[in-house]
Amino acid sequence: MAINARNITDDELFFGHKACAGCGGSLAVRAALKVLGPHAVVALPAGCMSAVGFNFPQLCFSTNAIITPFAATAAVLSGIEAGLRVQGKKLEDCTVVGFAGDGGTADIGIQALSGAIDRNDDILYICYDNEAYMNTGIQKSSLTPFGAKTTTTPAGKNAHGCLTQKKNMFEIVAAHGIPYAATASVGYLPDFMRKVQRAASIRGTKYIHVIAPCPTGWGCAVDDTIDIAKEMVDCGLWYLAEYEGADVSGVPGGSFKLSRNPKRFEADPVAFGSVEHYLRRQGRFRALTDDEVASVVAGRDAKWEAMRRDWV
Amino acid sequence: MKRFLSGDEAFAEGVRLARPQVISAYPITPQTVVVERLSEMVESGQLAAEYIHVESEHSALSAAMGAAATGARTFTATSSQGLLYMAEVLTYAAGGRFPIVMMNANRATALPWNIYGDQRDSLALLDHGWIQAYAENNQEALDLALMAYAVAEDMRVRMPFMVNLDGFALTHTYENVDIPEPSEADAILPPYDAAGNCFDFDHPVNMGYSAGPEFNRYYKYWAHRDMAEAVPQVVSVVERRFEEVTGRRYPGMIEAIDCDDAEVVLVTLGSVAGLARGVVSHLRASGVRAGLLKIRYMRPFPARQIARALHGAEAVAVLEKDISFGAEGTVFTNVNSALQQAGITAPTYNFIGGLGGDNISEDHVVSIFRALQCVAAQVREQGRAAATELPRVTFLGVDSLDPEPGCGRVLGGELRDNGAGCAAPSCDGDGDSSKAQVFSVRETEVR
Repeated sequence: MAINARNITDDELFFGHKACAGCGGSLAVRAALKVLGPHAVVALPAGCMSAVGFNFPQLCFSTNAIITPFAATAAVLSGIEAGLRVQGKKLEDCTVVGFAGDGGTADIGIQALSGAIDRNDDILYICYDNEAYMNTGIQKSSLTPFGAKTTTTPAGKNAHGCLTQKKNMFEIVAAHGIPYAATASVGYLPDFMRKVQRAASIRGTKYIHVIAPCPTGWGCAVDDTIDIAKEMVDCGLWYLAEYEGADVSGVPGGSFKLSRNPKRFEADPVAFGSVEHYLRRQGRFRALTDDEVASVVAGRDAKWEAMRRDWV
Repeated sequence: MKRFLSGDEAFAEGVRLARPQVISAYPITPQTVVVERLSEMVESGQLAAEYIHVESEHSALSAAMGAAATGARTFTATSSQGLLYMAEVLTYAAGGRFPIVMMNANRATALPWNIYGDQRDSLALLDHGWIQAYAENNQEALDLALMAYAVAEDMRVRMPFMVNLDGFALTHTYENVDIPEPSEADAILPPYDAAGNCFDFDHPVNMGYSAGPEFNRYYKYWAHRDMAEAVPQVVSVVERRFEEVTGRRYPGMIEAIDCDDAEVVLVTLGSVAGLARGVVSHLRASGVRAGLLKIRYMRPFPARQIARALHGAEAVAVLEKDISFGAEGTVFTNVNSALQQAGITAPTYNFIGGLGGDNISEDHVVSIFRALQCVAAQVREQGRAAATELPRVTFLGVDSLDPEPGCGRVLGGELRDNGAGCAAPSCDGDGDSSKAQVFSVRETEVR
């Protein structure tokens, strides 16, 4: 049965932590664990969630959980899964799940993640993406988007924040031929939870990339988290999609599918919300010029054209 | 059963008998043979383990840690840069009190790139919370594989264990080894009971958390206490059990050979102890009161045993395959600390050799003993000041040892041609005044 707002459990498996007000990452972890249940075994690298939830004696996971070296989320997950299985301790409804941030995933952890996918270890890897190293004080990661001001990509006369584009982790992961990968946003929580549930039902490696706004780092109000996470999807700068590997989809080479594909109109071929509105409401994009905003819009349009052409 | 095996192969046999449940490893010369043999054992079903083909050493130890957190017995192996690459994870595994066993094939560290044996890799990581043992030969390597698990997993210890084999000198050199029967191995090593330090579905636990300064000090203190107090006790219990089962006897944290009445003692570790044994025996036969102190465990450091074994020595040399640049060999530092604490004032000298697989010859070892004898005689005649006539640190093969007629050495390379008042290439500091002194003493004697 699909999990929705009516039937979701009242049990909390991640609570009592010290996350900032409006934290998108802690919401993603909380919602995912409600789906996965008390037999999940959790691994977290250095990052916001371990920093706020793993301070002895204030330990905030009601499931089995462990901190991993920063680069090693996926490797520790592999070890946990193998250890449980070889001892016959792995329960039927046990998902071995990792929660790593964008830096822990796309930068320092990408090697171990790639290794785990290559082995097709039966683990679920969830990247909560708040688009910078927030725990250490908002430094740029390879998932920081173009134009975002961080403490290591200051917006000044010469550069208006981050000069690089956001690395495409979803498609990098899919290129491994992983059984299941998905993108999500905490702004569309039912979609995220459905994908967690789907992932838990598939054997082999699964990857979910969930956008989790950080009001502290993004420069928005703490009660804006959900709204802004929605708007990022609605304006087309983030897309909700799934990839199913060949065995899962039955399609040679696997198949990509958009979970949300707004209708196109003759007059407005994109039919999205305003990118400009999304960017201008956040302090981190304040320095962007109109031309730079236009380049972000052009990038969005090109991506959607390709996805609509190539994906289901 | 006797077989003719390389050190890597012998170690793999020991690991097979220990029945690890999860093995995760990444290849690096000269460790590769051990993981190849283990892969074959897993493939053939001889060993019922999960073999995780990780993409790096960092992941190798991380995966082993994840598996250990479920209560599984785990194994990994590495060498040199691989050990350094996983260094970060060493502290995680130690702090988490996961009794992972790792074989390290001691190998030089870059640059220059070099695949041959020295001990700069493991000695650089003494502070990371792992038990560190050094094998002298392939039999000891195999036996240590089994005993390492028994020690590491003991409830009083719960620490990861690194068994060091000299690269090529042991890993790729063949010797006859006796392989215990599985029933014998089981009598030495009970199944791992991880109770209290692993995931539990009935009572979920959060492991490997962060702890602020008010708690952190206790974790570090407990680790130190258990390393210092519990490990030596458990080593001796395990070695007794090992002897009862196999008949092979091991002497604990150190092995003191002819040290009781020794005038001059060489301290070393690893495979070079085999060479030194022979030299000591020859010297003894010719009436020299020579002794050998083999350090088997560098962590915990058996300071009291070392001081006891060296208390009667008139001069001591530490021969090691390591150098902490600008200081001295790390084993030397540790030995000196042990002696100082025990109030032993015999002069000590450091001999650095075997770097990057460099040969340490019988002549080297004999020369070291001669130099010690000479210093001991001069100290007897002229007092403690004469002890400075042999330099504190000598590089074998660079600084040639010349025990006759003084105790000093002929300084090597460019130093030899520098006949002026300054013997060192740069004598603007005060770092090497002893060298200058030795040199001038020798010049005087030659004239």
